[in-house]
Amino acid sequence: MTLIEGRTGEWECVIGLEIHAQVISKAKLFSGAPTDFGAEPNTQVSFVDAAMPGMLPVINGFCVEQAVRTGLGLEAEINLTSVFDRKNYFYPDLPQGYQISQFPLPIVGKGSITLDLEGGETRTIGIERLHLEQDAGKSLHDREPGATYIDLNRSGVALMEIVSEPDMRSAEEAGAYIRKLRSILRYLGTCDGNMEEGSLRADVNVSVRRPGEDLGTRCEIKNVNSVRFVQQAIEYEAARQIDIIEDGGVIAQETRLFDPSRGETRPMRTKEESHDYRYFPDPDLLPLELDAEWVADIKASLPELPEAKKARFMADLDLDAYDAGVLVAERETAEYFEAVAEGRDAKACANWVMGDLFAALNKAGLGINEAPVSAASLGALIDLIDDGTISRRIAKEVFETMWRTGSKDAAAIVAEKGLEQISDSGAIEAEIDKVIAANPGQVAAFKGGNEKVIGWFVGQIMKATEGKANPRTVNEILRRKLAD
Amino acid sequence: MSLDKATVAKIARLARIKVPDDDLAALAGELSNILDWIEQLNEVDTRDVPPMTHVAAMKLKWRQDEVTGAAPRDDVIANAPEERDGFFTVPKVLE
Repeated sequence: MTLIEGRTGEWECVIGLEIHAQVISKAKLFSGAPTDFGAEPNTQVSFVDAAMPGMLPVINGFCVEQAVRTGLGLEAEINLTSVFDRKNYFYPDLPQGYQISQFPLPIVGKGSITLDLEGGETRTIGIERLHLEQDAGKSLHDREPGATYIDLNRSGVALMEIVSEPDMRSAEEAGAYIRKLRSILRYLGTCDGNMEEGSLRADVNVSVRRPGEDLGTRCEIKNVNSVRFVQQAIEYEAARQIDIIEDGGVIAQETRLFDPSRGETRPMRTKEESHDYRYFPDPDLLPLELDAEWVADIKASLPELPEAKKARFMADLDLDAYDAGVLVAERETAEYFEAVAEGRDAKACANWVMGDLFAALNKAGLGINEAPVSAASLGALIDLIDDGTISRRIAKEVFETMWRTGSKDAAAIVAEKGLEQISDSGAIEAEIDKVIAANPGQVAAFKGGNEKVIGWFVGQIMKATEGKANPRTVNEILRRKLAD
Repeated sequence: MSLDKATVAKIARLARIKVPDDDLAALAGELSNILDWIEQLNEVDTRDVPPMTHVAAMKLKWRQDEVTGAAPRDDVIANAPEERDGFFTVPKVLE
């Protein structure tokens, strides 16, 4: 258990997360306006989204399917009947004066997510519910002093609000939860998980208590848009609450904002009464009823999710938990790796993907889908090592050449540059003889019992052959000759 | 059910309706009467009656995930009291 040391003893931090995930769909939840990000202001707005009088919402069936798919991916109950409610509040970027959401009867009920923690440990975090709702428009406060600019392009886009149980106990667990949820959503294709563009946003509920005691009063930190900020906000908020209680104070239940530039949270100025949302069933919408068979069809079409893929990589490909975890975290990485490893030694392929490929991607700031070396090309390169054509060291050079030039054909690069490994013992022997003859001192050292010198000799011969000599052959012949 | 003046004032504020203090007492009486009238429905035993969600027996209509287009921006912002560069503008609201 992760505990925080206060001035008066130990404290436990209790965290629950509400994640708003933007549904991947072409059209909005209740209108046929497009959902494209980054369009000119107020150009993706239908009269429904602008709340013009008399306009009626009609639900986008695909958004419903996406919510069901997500629920199934979270191993959650699907509610065959759910209801849309109006959540009433006034804000300039909410033209209807209410958000269509779901309150007592959400489309998805209880589920769970398994977190991978350090040291191969896992922890299960409960999902309380998932409901569908409309996004609001966007307010821009920095374009002109004294004015707020409103862009309704996002108004009406479908969101899934995914609410966790208060099961997390540290900032690290909260971070692991968001990363895992994001990974599952991306595998499912229901949300792109892009936090910079606001496709995934978190409301963070934090309270503290003495270990074993009842839950403390919580504060909600609204709209945090990166994993790092979520973790910083939790650390700050837990310390703030512990300070207050240890000084004899009481935590006020309130909504706070995280200020990334200062790394601290502060209360929102909104009065508490604005949280009186006066939910009631939306009279414009009938209950959302799902067919059990339709849900079963969606379930049958789910892709293999990271959890199952990780287990399979460990069981069938003999990868360890760490490697498997890294390779399945992003769907694209897993797909790339599987394409490379098809019919090849999985561990060697994992080393290539997580080693040379990841390093090159990091250096170039590219995603795996933008890698200049395709999975097929990398696979062919690995084949050249396996069949003894080139050494691993030369393979690294070939990889760099492929990366730099965009050439797809490892074999052609090897042939063109004459990089084939020298396994011909006659040629290697000749080189070894030369090195031995030129370095009597080192030979004497070896004969005097200094085993380390062998490495120096191998190095010299590799240098003389420009790395092309087969290291195993070099070793064999070298030992035989030095023993003479 | 009886509403007091404070509750009526709160409801009015939440609905952004300006109600002079002098009108609160009368409104509280009227709203209480309406609630009492509706509450008569509680006298009916509805334990085995499924909730009626619509006067016509019909199901929620679904649409395809197809973009049918956005409204022209000029039309969207035509009624805005203020606009700039294609945005609606309002007096600064900032948390």
